[in-house]
Amino acid sequence: MKIAVIIFPGSNCDRDTKKAVAQTLGCPPIMHWHADVELPKVDCVILPGGFSYGDYLRSGAMAAHSPVMREVVGQAKKGILVIGICNGFQILTEVGLLPGVLMRNKNLKFVCRKVWLSIETTKNIFTSRYRKGEIIGVPIAHHDGNYFADEYNLKMLQDNDQVVLRYVDSAGRRGPDTNPNGSVDDIAGILNKGKNVLGMMPHPERAVDEAIGGTSGRRFFESIT
Amino acid sequence: MNQIGIAEIKEHGLTQSEYKLICEILGREPNVTELGIFSVMWSEHCSYKSSKKWLKILPSNSPRVIYGPGENAGAVDIGDGQAVIFKMESHNHPSYLEPYQGAATGVGGILRDIFTMGARPIANLNSLRFGAPEHHKTRHLVAGVVAGIGGYGNCVGVPTVGGECEFDASYNENILVNAMTVGIANKENIFCSTAKGVGNSVIYVGSKTGRDGIHGATMASAEFSDDSGSKRPTVQVGDPFTEKLLIEACLELMDRRLLVAIQDMGAAGLTSSSFEMASKGGLGVEIELEKVPQREKGMTPYEIMLSESQERMLMIVEPDSESQARKIFEKWELNFAVIGKLTDTGHLILKNNGELIANLPIDPLASASPEYDRPWEPTTPQPIIPRDDAEFLRDPLEVLELLLRLPNLSSKRWVWEQYDHMIMTETVVPPGGDAAIVRIPDTQKGLALTADCTPRYVHADPEEGGRQAVAEAWRNLTAVGSEPLAITDNLNFGNPEKPRAMGQFVGAIKGIADACDLLDFPVVSGNVSLYNETNGKPILPTPTIGGVGLLSDFRKHVTIAFKEEEENIVIVGETLGHLGASLLIKEIKGSFVGPPPPVDLVNEKKNGDFVRKEIIEGNVTACHDISDGGLLVSIAEMAIAANIGAKISPPSNFLAQAWAFGEDQARYVVTTKNVEGLLYRASKAGIVACCIGITSGEAISVSNFGERKVAKLKKLNESWLPSFMNG
Repeated sequence: MKIAVIIFPGSNCDRDTKKAVAQTLGCPPIMHWHADVELPKVDCVILPGGFSYGDYLRSGAMAAHSPVMREVVGQAKKGILVIGICNGFQILTEVGLLPGVLMRNKNLKFVCRKVWLSIETTKNIFTSRYRKGEIIGVPIAHHDGNYFADEYNLKMLQDNDQVVLRYVDSAGRRGPDTNPNGSVDDIAGILNKGKNVLGMMPHPERAVDEAIGGTSGRRFFESIT
Repeated sequence: MNQIGIAEIKEHGLTQSEYKLICEILGREPNVTELGIFSVMWSEHCSYKSSKKWLKILPSNSPRVIYGPGENAGAVDIGDGQAVIFKMESHNHPSYLEPYQGAATGVGGILRDIFTMGARPIANLNSLRFGAPEHHKTRHLVAGVVAGIGGYGNCVGVPTVGGECEFDASYNENILVNAMTVGIANKENIFCSTAKGVGNSVIYVGSKTGRDGIHGATMASAEFSDDSGSKRPTVQVGDPFTEKLLIEACLELMDRRLLVAIQDMGAAGLTSSSFEMASKGGLGVEIELEKVPQREKGMTPYEIMLSESQERMLMIVEPDSESQARKIFEKWELNFAVIGKLTDTGHLILKNNGELIANLPIDPLASASPEYDRPWEPTTPQPIIPRDDAEFLRDPLEVLELLLRLPNLSSKRWVWEQYDHMIMTETVVPPGGDAAIVRIPDTQKGLALTADCTPRYVHADPEEGGRQAVAEAWRNLTAVGSEPLAITDNLNFGNPEKPRAMGQFVGAIKGIADACDLLDFPVVSGNVSLYNETNGKPILPTPTIGGVGLLSDFRKHVTIAFKEEEENIVIVGETLGHLGASLLIKEIKGSFVGPPPPVDLVNEKKNGDFVRKEIIEGNVTACHDISDGGLLVSIAEMAIAANIGAKISPPSNFLAQAWAFGEDQARYVVTTKNVEGLLYRASKAGIVACCIGITSGEAISVSNFGERKVAKLKKLNESWLPSFMNG
């Protein structure tokens, strides 16, 4: 399994992601600078969290136009795995690999805390090592995590089993108090139609170490091998 | 050109006698650009002219200290070839004028001080003080400052792991924003700001220079008045994205050893950075101003030299390394310009398109920088308030409820959830405890970090308050199981030209020095912020202490949260029921009357060393120091953190309220599974320790007084700030 983590100017979870991949899968990923020619041949690309280009225009909007993203889109269409975490998720919606958009959090504030997520489906590679309906605690840290899709896209996501993570409480209940950012249908993570592209706001790389944040994010990495 | 009038001198914040001294040094009158340079270099902010005399008494040495005050930040040896590098700095005045940008650029500035030395920043902290909640500006300022700190720190990707946030009417028109950064460097690869090598290139990197922040340092060296709003244009604008690129580019450059010296352009921008670097190296420097990357057209030399545009660095590089260095900055899409060279003339020479703009002798200017022995008067000691026990006979549980929802004791979750406190994935203990803990990357070691001050104690008795601020930082580091290493101090006081404010400053320094000495806890860096007054009203004297401690095994730490039911609760340290300047006395008498609790440094050290040893040996399951609000508040905080209750029995020979809410120092609450062993070891070591109850159930119950559900106390404690901010 060869994995590349793409570094954009302003990425800041690239090193954490590298560490998490190395820790969970035993081999460090290739760290690929966005402007370097040619994406190496890999089985999986991870777009890490951060503030690519300062998020100045709109989160992920500038990075979506980086040359490397043309290659990522091309490779994704050929079936390699792509994971976008936080800012990476925003880039994936900007570049059109995933439907919808991530808007400013409903209360307009940045939020960093552990949230509870329910694994909504395991019929895809990324959550294949979780149980359907399992409740896991994983940190979030974002300003723009308020996922929105129009009715057509939302129905498509629901009908095709593309909603992979929802915000819940520790007992698995949904409600306005458990949704940290106002996202539609409590969505925390989605898949593309082909189920080889995953976008998620929570940071699984922050939950792979017993001493720091717990280990409930480990299986996102373990699942892809 | 050389017509400098009295008005111009005053406008530049210089006195007539300082101006006379300038003329003597130069042997002529300065031109306007030169006057501007003198004015910032001799401003209180850059020259420490009122504080220098007193700062010298602070102990700054220990076998671990690599660099003390005088460098961009302090550096302390933590073994295995590594050093921890840290400093705290204020951005008070700008944050009051423009809270978001003021606070954001405060974070940016302190980050640069750390990575300038070759350290990767691994944690941020901050100490915030706002006006009374009912003041019309407070909510706006809290919202802006917190968003600004988060906006900057979150984007650069350094976790904000701790700090404090308090309210008092004395800060109504003069809030305090003190930001601290901690970094880790290889001991062999720490960079200094001393320029070396005649002929070496002077290189400018980072953002372009604009007209923002001109005379920020001078602004920070004067009192505020009602028209301070007009100073808003002197507040800089931060760009954390560029800062993030600058961190990566500088660390890459340092890693490849392409650098002779480096200094960030902070207060007084290009002026102070070029000046300080040349001055430290005993060299001269020649700068061609037209080569400085500029954001707008038509900037004058005066503006270029005094701009405080952010995210800029000045470096000294050997000509042979220039092209390799340039490549790194081009990769990170940052400006890179050779703007001059080092000379052996001992002069700062500025040219603009060949025309001589300024010619200043560096050494005389630096060494003649004024140092004042300002008159000061000691603070009159507060009389001891005779205790009328009848006044205090209130239900301790009702008082507890009252205290837990006081603005200053209420949970600050609303603040720290806006900070990314987990990025870098090394945060072992997040905000909300006594000290935060971050693991040192790729090791089993950890750093404990805290920021502390109790301004009402300093106000009542500056020396005791200074001592207490250091002792509390030391205690917070001890309470998680770390060995306290060193501190950085951020001394926020009023107008030093007023003997009362100067007396508070002098007293606090003496207290800090005393505590640092006895606790073997040196001051390795710091910052002085004076003139924190508006319309003649000073702030409470606030010497904030940023403390750093080392855990040789980060897993051997404890947190404040109770762990299990049926564990014994022990107080370590002697309880005398001191109520002067306490939160309880404020509730009873309406103000903080009486002297602050005395700090007995010998007991402080003895008790702390005992607690730390018990934690490291695994005999203690939870620990919390006893500070604001006293014993019962500490127990409640431990219960709230765990959702586990406690059964407490006050001693019968004591006024229960004084026992529960007295603020005696040098005390800790610990829980243990083996109380006999702990008490035995304490008595053998001559430590006062006694068991006062057990962890149990879902409520805190105090014998003879009843109980309160922990869930209810938690709600009281956590709801004040969000409802205030939403209100």
